[in-house]
Amino acid sequence: MQHRDVVIVGAGHAGAQAAALLRQNKFQGSIAVIGEETELPYERPPLSKEYLSGAKEFERLLLRSAGFWAEHNIEMLLGQRVVTVDADAHRVTTATGDEFGYGSLIWATGGPPRKLTCAGSELAGVHSVRNRADVDRMITELDQTRNVVVIGGGYIGLEAAAVLTKLGKSVTVLEVQDRVLARVAGEALSRFFETEHRAHGVDVRLGVAVDHLEGRDGKVTGVSLADGTVLPADMVIVGIGIIPAVGPLLDAGLKDVNGVNVDEFCRTKLPDVFSIGDCAAHINKYATTSGPIRLESVQNANDQARVVAKYIVGQHEPYDAIPWFWSDQYDLKLQTVGLSGGYDDVVVRGDPAARSFSVVYLKEGRILALDCLNLVRDYVQGKALIKANLKPDRAALADAATPLKSLMPVAAA
Amino acid sequence: MGTLIVKNRAGDQLSIKAEGSRSLMEIMREGGVEEILALCGGTCSCATCHVIVDPEFVDRLESMSVNENEMLDSCEHRTPTSRLSCQIPYRDALDGLRLTIATDE
Repeated sequence: MQHRDVVIVGAGHAGAQAAALLRQNKFQGSIAVIGEETELPYERPPLSKEYLSGAKEFERLLLRSAGFWAEHNIEMLLGQRVVTVDADAHRVTTATGDEFGYGSLIWATGGPPRKLTCAGSELAGVHSVRNRADVDRMITELDQTRNVVVIGGGYIGLEAAAVLTKLGKSVTVLEVQDRVLARVAGEALSRFFETEHRAHGVDVRLGVAVDHLEGRDGKVTGVSLADGTVLPADMVIVGIGIIPAVGPLLDAGLKDVNGVNVDEFCRTKLPDVFSIGDCAAHINKYATTSGPIRLESVQNANDQARVVAKYIVGQHEPYDAIPWFWSDQYDLKLQTVGLSGGYDDVVVRGDPAARSFSVVYLKEGRILALDCLNLVRDYVQGKALIKANLKPDRAALADAATPLKSLMPVAAA
Repeated sequence: MGTLIVKNRAGDQLSIKAEGSRSLMEIMREGGVEEILALCGGTCSCATCHVIVDPEFVDRLESMSVNENEMLDSCEHRTPTSRLSCQIPYRDALDGLRLTIATDE
């Protein structure tokens, strides 16, 4: 059996960054990264944006140059999947039977996209947007595609809808809730994005459930809704979240229900096993809930990677980074900071019709989060307000002409 | 084909080959400047590609956008010649440009 001082499972943002940061922090031991895809680590956010649109070729998405990993003595074992973790023996086994012993294990697998369970979900022409291969398949079908149905009005679905409608496709977005982005944003932002997408020609349908997909000769031809309506579709994009890929850790003895639970140093309950990124359920000081949450974002992947890399080299700094996120659709730049879940009050700064505004989420008078639309200034200044955890004057907060930074307490001399 | 002269946080001078119309961020990332995180991939949504341009070269750069200027306000270590390297496309006139990777936030 081969042994590595650190084995990282998952070659996405979190795993790649953990490896790079171990070397930046002068870690001298051996490092292997085991990745399921055959690609070197790359940026995922552009998959539903610049990569799908053709604005950026794949090489421009690489997180590091191809030579970087070898130069830093980071072994990339790609196209391999870890199927078993033996926590007592400190050993992982891949699907092809290779065994690797480890000193520390960093589990950074993210998760596969959630799939439809209805009839027709296995038809050709039904896609997820999670990895390069998914989007490459979509791109090869684009020439033969006129009607696209996007199932799920979350960020991935809306970003794909924006790109495809600009490419001239007829796009319908189906959302089962009564507004898009219902899970992640307040109503003001939902309504704004619905209006924008409709103005760009997207047919946004709310409160609709999919019954099944229709097909012919193995290829999708339509989406049949619960009310009997059938929407023609040459391509269906399913954007309904991910399922954390943590099966081998559960088999190894963990009982966690939503990803794997980690402490403030990203340690799971298994000895010397860490978990970071989309699959790591952690206590977040910016969340209103006291229980563990998972965050599916580059910010979280990167900052948790930093915590683990430092921990392994003996610098114990707990995870306390403020969450942030972005989404680009059309000429709209959305930037989010903080976590809005659990808010009891919302203040909108500015007029959404002017396409530059921010939505401030509060709980008991304190700012939890901001969604800033084409308003970088509020994003930057609002971040400082969240960190300060203060109770700003609500009227001043609602006045778009009042800079958020003026609501900060004056530092004591 | 040109060159960027990049000073990293350790104070080392790196000479990075530059060509094409890619951003300075992409050129540095491809060239192995590991302190360039560029978490948002060059969309002016974070500030993790912050560099300080040698004042001697500032005149050769196009002026920055409102968004870039406001993003830079999030940087504690902003200086008068701070820029987000993802927002500067490389062109021949920038051959020899000297940059310093800004202090980690």
